[in-house]
Amino acid sequence: MKKLALPLTKDQVKDLHAGDSVLLSGVILTARDCAHKRIFEYIKEGKKLPFDLKDAIIYYAGPCPAKPGMASGSCGPTTSARMDSFAPKLLDMGLGGMVGKGEMCTEVAEALKRNTAVYFAAIGGAGALYGNSIKKSECIAFEDLLSEAVYRLEVEDFPAVVAMDCHGGNIYR
Amino acid sequence: MRIIDTKVIEDAVYGAALKAGVNLTQSCREALDAAYRTERGGAAKFALGKLIENSNVARDMGMPVCQDTGMAVVLLEIGNEVFFEGRLLEEAVNNGVRRAYADGYFRKSVCDPITRKNTADNTPAAIHAEIVRGNKVRLTFMPKGFGSENMSALYMLKPAQGTEGIISAIVSTVERAGSRPCPPVYVGVGIGGTFDGCAFLAKKALTRDIGTHSDREDIANIEREALKRINELDIGCQGFHGNTTALGVSCEWAPTHIAGLPVAVNIQCHCVRCVKEEI
Repeated sequence: MKKLALPLTKDQVKDLHAGDSVLLSGVILTARDCAHKRIFEYIKEGKKLPFDLKDAIIYYAGPCPAKPGMASGSCGPTTSARMDSFAPKLLDMGLGGMVGKGEMCTEVAEALKRNTAVYFAAIGGAGALYGNSIKKSECIAFEDLLSEAVYRLEVEDFPAVVAMDCHGGNIYR
Repeated sequence: MRIIDTKVIEDAVYGAALKAGVNLTQSCREALDAAYRTERGGAAKFALGKLIENSNVARDMGMPVCQDTGMAVVLLEIGNEVFFEGRLLEEAVNNGVRRAYADGYFRKSVCDPITRKNTADNTPAAIHAEIVRGNKVRLTFMPKGFGSENMSALYMLKPAQGTEGIISAIVSTVERAGSRPCPPVYVGVGIGGTFDGCAFLAKKALTRDIGTHSDREDIANIEREALKRINELDIGCQGFHGNTTALGVSCEWAPTHIAGLPVAVNIQCHCVRCVKEEI
C-alpha cells in the first residue's frame, strides 16, 4: 500500500502501475457531468476558469450534503466513462489526473501517456467511507449546480487503486 | 372497508427512505461477506473489504451508504378494501420522499430530462401501485442509483430464441456493462409481458432478497445458469477481475404474446437498499 501526498510529481506518477493500491492525502477537486459541461463552455468562450487545473486531481463525484459537524456527506466516485470526451483536453491543459470508477476510453489512455498523468479508481459505492476521509470541503465554483458543483476537498488516506497509468497499463484489461 | 389517512403512508415512506439510504439489505450484506471470503485476492479483495467497511461506517454513523441516494422507487400493493382519505396518495408519497431526503442529508439527484435542472428535493418518486386482495398496504421503498440503471437493457427476443436466448441476453448485458455499474451487481430480470410490463417485472425482481429463487423450477434454473456464466466473465468487484461479478440473478415472469419474448435486464449495483413495510 503506497501512501501518496498530493499534488504528485511526474516522477511519482511514473512510479505508479495499474493495480497498485494507494492512500491519497491532500487536495482534490470534484467535478462531474454538469461541471464538465460548464468548464467546456468557459474554455469555448476563452474565459478564465475559477480554479487552477495545473497538476490538480479531479474527482468524478457529487457528494451528499454534510450533516452538521461533519466536513462532508457520503462521497464515492461516479462512472468515469461519462467524462471520456472531456478528460483528454483537460489533461492536455495540465490536469494531473483523475479519480473515478470504471474504465475510460483509449483517447484518455493516450492523453495519460502523453501528459504523464494517472487515472485512479476509487471504490464505487463506498460513499460513507470516502465521506469520512474528507477533512474539509468547500464549494469553489458553479454553486448553482448543487451536488454537481466543484468542491475543493482535503482528503486523508483516501483509498484508491491505480486503474490506468502513464505507461499504458490498464487494470480493466 | 378500511380507511387510511394518506399521512400514514407519507410517514411510512419517510421512515423507509431514511432507513434505506443508510443500510444495505441483510441479504446484500451477507452476499458481500461471502464474496470477500471466496475472493482470491488482489485489488478485488481489497475493494470488497472496503465495501464491507463502508457499510459498517454508514450504519454506525447514519451516513448514506452510497452518495447516489437514487431516484426513489416506491411500490405500493394496495388492498382492494382500502379507502384513502386526506391528500392525494401521490402527493403523500412525494412529501415523504421530500422530507426524508432533506432530513437524511441525502443527495438530490432528480432533474428535468431536457434542461437538466435539478428539482432540488429528489421528487418526483417513481410510483408503481397495484391493487391486491385485502385491507392492507404493502410498501416497498428502493432508492435506485443510476450508474447501474444506465447499464440496463430491454430486448424483444424471438420466441424461437427460448431459454438460451434469455440467458445470453442477461449475461451479455452484464458483460457489456463491465466495470461501469459498480460490480458485483444484482441482476433483476423480467421475462414476458409487454414492453412496459417487462421492464417493471425486472425492477420488481430486484426487490427480492438476494439468493432467493423463483418457485418455478425452469425459471430458477435460468437464474442459476445466468449467475454461473456471469461469474465466469472475470469482471470482478469494481472490474478488478475475480470470481464475483454478480451477487445474484432474480427473474420475475408474466404471460406474453404468441409473437414475442420480451426480456428486461435491470442492473443494480452492490449497494442493494430496499425497505419493506406493511400498513
